[in-house]
Amino acid sequence: MSETPLLKLSGLEQVFDTRKGPVAAVGGVDLEVKAGKVLCLVGESGCGKTTTARAAAGITRPTSGAVEFRGKPLTAMNAAERTEYRRSVQYIHQDPYAALNPTRTVYSTLTAGLKRHGLVKGRTEARAKAAELLRLVDLTPPESYLDAYPHQLSGGQRQRVNVARSLAMDPKLLICDESTSMLDVSIRVSLLNTLGRLRDELDVGFLFITHDLAVAKYFAWDGEIAVMYLGKVVEHGPTPEVIGNPQHPYTKALIGAVCEPDPDLAKANRSAEQLRSAEIPSLHDLPAGCAFHPRCPAFEPGVCDGERPLLQLAERRNVACHVVARDRRRAAAPDDRTLTFDAVPGSRRPEPESAI
Amino acid sequence: MTAVEAPAAKPRRTFRESTLGQIWTGLTRSPAGFAGTVLVLAIVGFSFIGPLVVDQDNPTDTSMIWTAPSGEHWLGTQYEGKDTFTILVNSGAEPIWVGGMAATMAVIVAVVLGSIAGYFRGRIDALLLQLTDVTVTIPQFLLMIAVVAFFEDIPPWGVAIVVGSTMWAFLFRSIRAQVMSLKEREFVEAAKLQHLGTMRIVFREILPNMAGFIFVNFVIAVNQAIYAIVGLYVLGLMPSGTPNWGLMIHLSWQNNFFLLPVAMPYVLAPLLMIVLFTIGLVTMGRGLDQALNPRLRDR
Repeated sequence: MSETPLLKLSGLEQVFDTRKGPVAAVGGVDLEVKAGKVLCLVGESGCGKTTTARAAAGITRPTSGAVEFRGKPLTAMNAAERTEYRRSVQYIHQDPYAALNPTRTVYSTLTAGLKRHGLVKGRTEARAKAAELLRLVDLTPPESYLDAYPHQLSGGQRQRVNVARSLAMDPKLLICDESTSMLDVSIRVSLLNTLGRLRDELDVGFLFITHDLAVAKYFAWDGEIAVMYLGKVVEHGPTPEVIGNPQHPYTKALIGAVCEPDPDLAKANRSAEQLRSAEIPSLHDLPAGCAFHPRCPAFEPGVCDGERPLLQLAERRNVACHVVARDRRRAAAPDDRTLTFDAVPGSRRPEPESAI
Repeated sequence: MTAVEAPAAKPRRTFRESTLGQIWTGLTRSPAGFAGTVLVLAIVGFSFIGPLVVDQDNPTDTSMIWTAPSGEHWLGTQYEGKDTFTILVNSGAEPIWVGGMAATMAVIVAVVLGSIAGYFRGRIDALLLQLTDVTVTIPQFLLMIAVVAFFEDIPPWGVAIVVGSTMWAFLFRSIRAQVMSLKEREFVEAAKLQHLGTMRIVFREILPNMAGFIFVNFVIAVNQAIYAIVGLYVLGLMPSGTPNWGLMIHLSWQNNFFLLPVAMPYVLAPLLMIVLFTIGLVTMGRGLDQALNPRLRDR
């Protein structure tokens, strides 16, 4: 496990200057992605997932902190290393409608990068390569897609073309920004399976952003999940641990919010603790102490609103929560009722290969 | 990954798929676009090929002053007894090529500078914006009149340069604005992530998205430029060497030919040519817009 991670974010901060004052979209995130592993970033809208991913992809420059690719900080790279990084790290956009140039055919979109970097020679070879890429993302027969324009494709097909384009560069790390959120369920599973094949067969690392815990559970079962809230990681650990036995109240709330088709479980879900408020605090004016405390069901005055909680090891994962930390300190005694939610839906371990 | 057998690759594109082919199908598909194209091609052909076909011998004949249209003189004769139709055939070439040249110049300058300014922003953008501010505030026609009056024997290409240099600023602004909006789109970011290179991104990823807009503006610019040059002739500010539409209108106006019923063919012919050419260009522009937009092209 001591190999250099593919991607390492340390102390990543991104502050945007807005008219209302600086906004810390991401406030100090430390994450690692290893080859062939998946790191899932989950959290509600506006919590800084995408900002983190964009900094990791080198699209934006973080205001402080470092992005390291194979142990080398981006800022210290020379031109050749930067080109290598550019090619190895590919980013799949969320919106399949906006990410394809409407004036170019699928063939032209797929091969632009290949041609530019001299990876294919001649039209026949380029077409063969493009067809291979399309087959890889299950767009078959490729011949009927190569000369299509984006507007002639459905959303799912476009998203596959998007994925195929990033695969063209033989990436070592794929950053997927909600890449499956626009797809319908059956296509989502087949695309996830395609990506899973890349992970297993080609050792591609994934930074996978989603707000869909089912997707996270399905795709990152062997990997890790990092739960973000208002620009900070609040819980980070192996997927089965985080989903099966969440510790942070926010993670619990996220898991509790998953729709549950089984009415008995849904009832149990309703009886699970509710957030005290649905409103997300403004990034301009973060609450003192734990940023989650105005909404937290486990909020205890004096404990939570003092200082920022730090990520601390708890139950085989890191959690940033004063209450959890205090309870752990207290609990040599095993009476830990407040923190286990066996009834929380989604906390049942699925069979590894079951459908979502 | 498994090696994949070569797909049934089409090594050569058919005519329909090439850019020219697309423009052609776009122009010919809609009835209006087709009519416009035919009109423009007809007038261009009339003005450029016509002079090679029509007998250029057109002597002054005092016995034939202001005769009505006849089999021999299709549009009758003018005040010197010359054949009006021959004059008309020879009159179109200069306004058209000068207008085309001025418009080409203005559009190229506007597109190149506008894309660069919109994409890179910063100091070069500020500088170019200042330049357009200055250009826009200069009254175009007055500048042209001043320049033409100053250089008495100005050649037609000189007029093209003067006309073109007053027309680029507005188009520059719209191109710049469009590039600024397009460059924020995700497909541009995707191109950047593929390391496609800045020039390629600007001119091959962003620009084609404005192709219809640029072509329509080109057509409008040709129109404006023709108006400008014809206007200069009408005002009598240009050396009256080669025959052209503007000169015909100038003479009709200066000598009150429009009061003479028998002179009507001579008075109306150049006006009709200009009006038809304008209508043709505008309808053709609409067809071009469709031809260059893959979304409109399909059905």
